[in-house]
Amino acid sequence: MGYTLDFQPVIAGLPDLLKGCAGTLLLAFSGMILSLAIGIGGVAVRGSSVRTARWAVIAFVELIRNTPFLVQIYFVFFALPLVGIRLPPTPTAIIALGLNGGAYAIEIIRGGVQSIHRGQIEAGLALGLPRRDIFRFVVLRPALRAVYPSLTGQFIMLTLTTSIASAIAAYELTSVAKLIENESFRSFEVYGTITLLYLLMSWGIMQAFGLVGRRYFDYPVK
Amino acid sequence: MGLPEYLFLLQGLKWTVLLSCIGFVGGGIAGLMVALARTSGLPVLERATSGYIGLFQGTPLLMQLFVVYYGLSLVGLQFEAWQAVAIGFTLNASAFLGDIWRGSIEAVPRGQTEAARALSLGYVSRMRDVVLPQALRISLPATIGFLVQLIKGTSLASIVGFTELARADNIVSNQIFKPLLVFGVVGAMYFALCWPLSLFGSWLERRLAAPTR
Repeated sequence: MGYTLDFQPVIAGLPDLLKGCAGTLLLAFSGMILSLAIGIGGVAVRGSSVRTARWAVIAFVELIRNTPFLVQIYFVFFALPLVGIRLPPTPTAIIALGLNGGAYAIEIIRGGVQSIHRGQIEAGLALGLPRRDIFRFVVLRPALRAVYPSLTGQFIMLTLTTSIASAIAAYELTSVAKLIENESFRSFEVYGTITLLYLLMSWGIMQAFGLVGRRYFDYPVK
Repeated sequence: MGLPEYLFLLQGLKWTVLLSCIGFVGGGIAGLMVALARTSGLPVLERATSGYIGLFQGTPLLMQLFVVYYGLSLVGLQFEAWQAVAIGFTLNASAFLGDIWRGSIEAVPRGQTEAARALSLGYVSRMRDVVLPQALRISLPATIGFLVQLIKGTSLASIVGFTELARADNIVSNQIFKPLLVFGVVGAMYFALCWPLSLFGSWLERRLAAPTR
């Protein structure tokens, strides 16, 4: 077949694609912050003594982890207006990403919390630390440190998942690429290029997490 | 939502299962090759497979499907949509399973390989009779975890334009205009597929965490 690659539309659309990258990063970082908050909150609730609350968290985690993100984002997209919340696609996508990432974060952080030795908490209690400080400094921080690599991996997954937000036309790289593709019909060139852009972004985020991790968790173990 | 709609969704469910099976079996075979190449000790092979794995783990599945879908027709190969999508899932699964199994092969204690060498077992026998059976055991929970991810991933075939479960629900939802009900039912169908697998995976994980002897 005499097909010649033509990157002209991609080059012409490069400024838009870069703006799309910024949109993707915005979605990704907002989603990460939301999932971290849900993750930490969920772990705190899951460890509480209220039975129904504990079960609610478990049900939430299982529900999210065993259904596709595409179905979840459509569900959020149609459910929010029904409860009277009207949001543009991009914030809707952030909420869906946060809920999805949050469920995974709960599981990951819970693993870290379980790795904290009981004696540590007892030592904190013996020193008369307030419960809140024990949770923050004795449990949470070392737990986050223990699971930091898995959390990084999960957040990179979340970044890649943002491409699915194009299904509800949130502003991000894949949506921008679709627009360019619709105008130029250069599907392979457009999607090939943004695949590379995604690769660059996930690599960059991995490096950034490595840097932050070394700074924040760089304290002696003993 | 009446019977015809449910039947249409079940039709989509059939494709979801079929695509997952193709991806898992095809990806399993190719993934074993990737894992063996990745642990072969030959720098060229190891670097190539490490790049292959990194490429698939660092890009969205959706993009992989798009690139395969359009790339195949570009090099002059005519495939139907479902075949192109199946190839995409197979490639994706081969990279992820290859990485999982690489980890499991490396987790088998070195002494096992050394003992097999001392008994002068060749590479094939060493792998088939000594290392891989133990690696398989170690890899089971993660492999099942990936299978769940693959099943959920097949929903993306709908974006590329293929009628499986998630696409079927879109069509139904447009027709009867009760999106929440339809997406709820479809979510429940995926859940019914994935949850037992997840439970099985975590049961295996707990069992394997117990001491072997």
